[in-house]
Amino acid sequence: MASTLWISTRKGAFTLRADARRGTWKLAGPQFLGHIVHHIVQDPREPKVLLMAAKTGHLGPTVFRSVDRGRTWCEASQPPAFRKAAEGGEARAVQRVFWLTPGHASESGTWYAGSSPAGLFRSEDGGVRWEPVAGFNDHPMRSKWVTFGTPDGEFLHSVLVDPRDPKHLYIAISIGGIFESTDGGSDWTPLNEGVAADFLPDPAVPFGHDPHCVAMHPLKPDRLYHQNHCGLYRLDRPERRWIRVGKAMPKKIGDIGFPIVLHPTDPDTAWVFPMDGRTVWPRTAINGKPAVYRTHDAGKTWRRLDRGLPSSQAWFTVLRQAMCTDQHSRTGLYFGTTGGDVWASTNAGERWSCIARHLPEIYSVTHAV
Amino acid sequence: MESVSCTVRIASPLRSYTSGASSVTAAGTTLHEILANLDQRFPGIRFRMVDEQDRIRPHMRLFVNTSEARKLSESVRAGDTVHVICALSGG
Repeated sequence: MASTLWISTRKGAFTLRADARRGTWKLAGPQFLGHIVHHIVQDPREPKVLLMAAKTGHLGPTVFRSVDRGRTWCEASQPPAFRKAAEGGEARAVQRVFWLTPGHASESGTWYAGSSPAGLFRSEDGGVRWEPVAGFNDHPMRSKWVTFGTPDGEFLHSVLVDPRDPKHLYIAISIGGIFESTDGGSDWTPLNEGVAADFLPDPAVPFGHDPHCVAMHPLKPDRLYHQNHCGLYRLDRPERRWIRVGKAMPKKIGDIGFPIVLHPTDPDTAWVFPMDGRTVWPRTAINGKPAVYRTHDAGKTWRRLDRGLPSSQAWFTVLRQAMCTDQHSRTGLYFGTTGGDVWASTNAGERWSCIARHLPEIYSVTHAV
Repeated sequence: MESVSCTVRIASPLRSYTSGASSVTAAGTTLHEILANLDQRFPGIRFRMVDEQDRIRPHMRLFVNTSEARKLSESVRAGDTVHVICALSGG
């Protein structure tokens, strides 16, 4: 099985391609040079189809669609946008399309997009025309859920669709928290019990948390993991209280980071890339010594994986969409850095090699077949 | 008011919509109508300049001749030139 990695960067899109051995990677691109590309995602239901979330420094946000595995792209005829505000109402405008998620396997052509400021959008025609999900965007509690905000606007990400039920959805908002819908997005409930929010005046709040990345295991959809601004968590539904599995990380490393990636077939295995969240929040590799940490037992223990990675003076970090696995029987793991390098491991993180250097700041790395 | 024809100067980041043309014509009596007319001929171009609340995007500037237009309700007259200018700083 050949592998393609789609690399989304602050200055365009790139690909890295390898044959089944994954020993040599060939870099191609850029496509959309100068565009700020946040996410490129393949449609598992129709692998020739890819969507790209992009904008430029000047121009408004949009979505591009390819039906030929990324050779050519067409812009959405109706990109994600909030409804026109009523007189005196809150006039929200999408600043960036930040996240893309294919819909349920039974809903061909359905996609979800998350935006900043926090908005949820849905397409039913493969990403050509997008409509706001009013059940979230106009929810009477929305303004309270996202009240904290940041100057860049809050990000809606980690749109998760339960493979057993297309109406069962999760979303995460940074800053806002995790929310669940069981009716296809018409109504939403906070799901943040047990999650720390150390930065808030009252840390024991039902929402207002800062999830950085939430992942659902595809073969065990009741198993959720979650990398937060304040720790690393696991939740086994129908429980509602998250367990802070990051407490098992070494104290000198802590459990702060952006991405969390799950093993495609083993629900007990996950990888994270810790970053420095001390004092002024440098958000770099801790002490300039980058490392991936892996659990094989659902977060009870974590092991450092840094063979092949720089041993000192490497001050990058890995953003929430910039780490992924592939579908090979011998699991490949990949991450892209804020310094523009791409690292690969074909043995589940045991040993790393750099497969691309000197790209622009990397926002996402996704695997395509 | 009867629709009039204007020249619209297109900034380079938007020329992918106009097949590379740096100057096109558009009809209307206000900037709002000019941009709507432009979008009919070059689908998608308006949303890259103007958000869903009809606000000119932060890094876009619209001039009618030599005067900057802050609102899309601004009138245009026959023979005016509308300049679409991009304003971006940093790397």
